[in-house]
Amino acid sequence: MKVDVDKCLHCGGCVGSCPANAIYLNDFVLEFSESCTKCRRCVNLCPVHALSMEAKA
Amino acid sequence: MKTYECDVVVVGGGPGGSMAAKYCSLGGLNTIMIEKKAEIGSPLRCAEGVSKKWLEEVGITPDPAWICADMVGAVIRSPSGHTFKLDESKAGSEVGYVLERHLFDKALARQAAEAGAKIMLRTAATGVIKENGKLAGVKARSMGEAIEIRAKAVVAADGFESQLARWAGIDTSLKLNDICSCIQYRMTNIDIDPEYCEFVIGSSVAPGGYLWIFPKGKGAANVGIGVMGTRCKNGEAKTYLDKFVATDPRFRNAQSLEIVGGMVSTCPGLECAVDDNIILVGDAARIIDPITGGGICHACRTGMYAGKVLVEAVSKGDLSKKALMPYEKMWRDRMEDKLYRNWMAKERLAELDDATIDELVKLISGSDIEEVNVYNLLRVIKERFPKVVEGFEELI
Repeated sequence: MKVDVDKCLHCGGCVGSCPANAIYLNDFVLEFSESCTKCRRCVNLCPVHALSMEAKA
Repeated sequence: MKTYECDVVVVGGGPGGSMAAKYCSLGGLNTIMIEKKAEIGSPLRCAEGVSKKWLEEVGITPDPAWICADMVGAVIRSPSGHTFKLDESKAGSEVGYVLERHLFDKALARQAAEAGAKIMLRTAATGVIKENGKLAGVKARSMGEAIEIRAKAVVAADGFESQLARWAGIDTSLKLNDICSCIQYRMTNIDIDPEYCEFVIGSSVAPGGYLWIFPKGKGAANVGIGVMGTRCKNGEAKTYLDKFVATDPRFRNAQSLEIVGGMVSTCPGLECAVDDNIILVGDAARIIDPITGGGICHACRTGMYAGKVLVEAVSKGDLSKKALMPYEKMWRDRMEDKLYRNWMAKERLAELDDATIDELVKLISGSDIEEVNVYNLLRVIKERFPKVVEGFEELI
């Protein structure tokens, strides 16, 4: 998962909506664990489109 | 590793956490409340609107220090611009104050501190401690240092993220239609009525949700939107809000002072919000009004109930799920029917097209509703559009 850190508002919405509980937010940094199933739910739900599926550069 | 010992550890310093910490402490329990942010109540996570009736119920005295604006009514607007304006005499329990949440939350945390609770900021839970298969506290990072807080019981007040419960083995995951994706601008330089909360409904404006304008004094308001999870594609909540702001002339000269993101659950609460050594409160327990998305009063009530039940349980030396079940009964007795009714109504209202919503708004403006709340609106809808309330008529 790719996080656009310039867009992310650190709201934690993706954390609470993740069906695999694969996202952790330590105040400012989003971390995705291996249990992420790439279901795209967070990509669609993020209110500011800060998440995408592209591999990290 | 630094280890703390206490009776109850409360994870999260929002209204639910502070109320739980306060009532635990008032009952003589050694209580630690942790908050991952550097400041209680900031950054903002909501639209700040609350009704007035419940404050007394949870022992909170209204204080001008955290009341930003006193509402006298509400306006419901359909997509094509039909409005239903409620004057003061008809403004019911669904309108009330617009708060300064950063001050409200601090006031509640202060009450917890005055009752004796210890508050640790910049302390984020990272997991749970299990001992012989039993929950025995939380692991956390406090100002960058790994710590353990050992406790007889844990209160999960970690809001929508609701991770603590999942680490403890309680499933708090949501169906996509029970999630609303939200974004809000705190705007200034706008031309709105400072005494009326406005709700704009319709699938072209806010699919499956609504758009709100909650005044924060003259020329200022929280302007936000919630879009149902099943209708969101690639961060569209912001697109919908920007579209509304760009086309409504009242916002021609508007500027934003703050951007707030977030999500809310719109289900009727978890199947069970307690387990051995743990109680879930507020958003973490998914106890939020599924129609309005309002959760401050639910968080305060459940926090208070949790504190009272834990005091009793600790005094008896039994923190099993069975011993904590009175909490489950308390919140269900007080809120379950309404949560369930509003959840059913949300599902149905989300299916209506804009033309039907126009009809609905016209219908309620012609009705003689004496006090406006979700219940009375549904009663009017039941008479004219019985299909909308099919299956839960008995709750209306």
